[in-house]
Amino acid sequence: MIDKEVHDAGEAVSGIENGATIMIGGFGPPGQPVALIEALLNRGVSDLVVINNNAGAGGDAISRLFGAGRVRKVICSFPKAIGSTVFDELFLAGKIELELVPQGNLAERIRAAGAGIGGFFTKTGYGTELAADKEVRLIDGEHYVFETPLHADFALIRASRADRWGNLVYRKTARNFGPVMAAAAKVTIAEVDHVVALGELDPEIIVTPGIYVDRFISTGYAPTNPKVTS
Amino acid sequence: MRLSRHQIAARVAKDIPDGAYVNLGIGVPTLVADYLPEDREIILHTENGMLGMGGAALPGQEDADLTNAGKVYVTEEIGASYFHHADSFAMMRGGHIDFCVMGAYQVSARGDLANWRTNSTTSIPGVGGAMDLAAGAKHVYVVMDLFSKTGESKLVQNCSYPLTGAECVERIYTDVAVFDVIPAGVRILEIFDDLDAGQLSTLVGFTLIDATTSATVRN
Repeated sequence: MIDKEVHDAGEAVSGIENGATIMIGGFGPPGQPVALIEALLNRGVSDLVVINNNAGAGGDAISRLFGAGRVRKVICSFPKAIGSTVFDELFLAGKIELELVPQGNLAERIRAAGAGIGGFFTKTGYGTELAADKEVRLIDGEHYVFETPLHADFALIRASRADRWGNLVYRKTARNFGPVMAAAAKVTIAEVDHVVALGELDPEIIVTPGIYVDRFISTGYAPTNPKVTS
Repeated sequence: MRLSRHQIAARVAKDIPDGAYVNLGIGVPTLVADYLPEDREIILHTENGMLGMGGAALPGQEDADLTNAGKVYVTEEIGASYFHHADSFAMMRGGHIDFCVMGAYQVSARGDLANWRTNSTTSIPGVGGAMDLAAGAKHVYVVMDLFSKTGESKLVQNCSYPLTGAECVERIYTDVAVFDVIPAGVRILEIFDDLDAGQLSTLVGFTLIDATTSATVRN
């Protein structure tokens, strides 16, 4: 029988070692797997490469990971955050490496990794310093820049509901990077609000099929009010 | 009279047609949503994965899973849809978004856009979705004050700040005037301040094409 649910966040993140490359879902707080990030902090691993859209904000779980000095490099599109100086201080002191990627290129590089695509040409970034030194090709009269896939050892994502096979559905804009990250990592660990019986999720609306999910925890969150999760 | 931020937003809103799919950037562009005419059905896209975005959530009615690109709690309109980030940016890059409205540090006479970093060594670079919108939206509109706080024109012959996209801006709405970028140069469509086209060219620092009509020149 397949049952991908584990009952402890620490157990869920077991296997993550120093130096791992970790995708973390979320666009700001929505979709951020807070319990898994906290378990990762407790695990004490460091020298991590983190792939996330942001670099933490306002004391959230990701900013605590940065603040604790666990991250060697971040690959993201927007590390600036109002009211948060954790990343800024590390960056300006030269204590963290930043690979800045336009947001759509970030999402598509992650998608490409999960889909077995060895790279792609995109119009985004052409003629800018973020495309400097990258291969350019003229296709149908327009310039495109070559971008490579982004793989990871682990993906930590958050979804709304799961069944024991690891089929996932999301809620509203918390979906964001979850589905593409789930496919792009060697091991995908989800944090869901609720677990439901197999068969309860309508097969037509499952967003992430369980094939992409290795294990998950259920937190029992009811994320209808921001105060609950902050 | 120069326009206020809200007046500029209202002026942009007037030009968004019925049925358009629109992405609004952070800052003054977000205000455009408040002025979209009630009799038009305009669908707002937010890069974090939603079409049919509604206005800001009322205090106490925020949903922790529903924000806009500026991480402000918003609402959903009837008919809204959600999708993941790669789909959201495929929508932009693939030319499906009709209009995007963004702020800018500088726009050049060729329509080059600079809005993601300055040359300051202590600033934290952050690009977000700006380059994707610049490359992919059908019509790229910019909203900005025409002059910086120190009085320099932000409409320039060549951008001194790093580019977000080359030759992508089609129209520039400012507190002083509205401009179109066309192959022959920059054309003035409307002037709000007490200036004529010649005086405006002098202030901007290069020759602008005058396409104002008597109805749109206020002096």
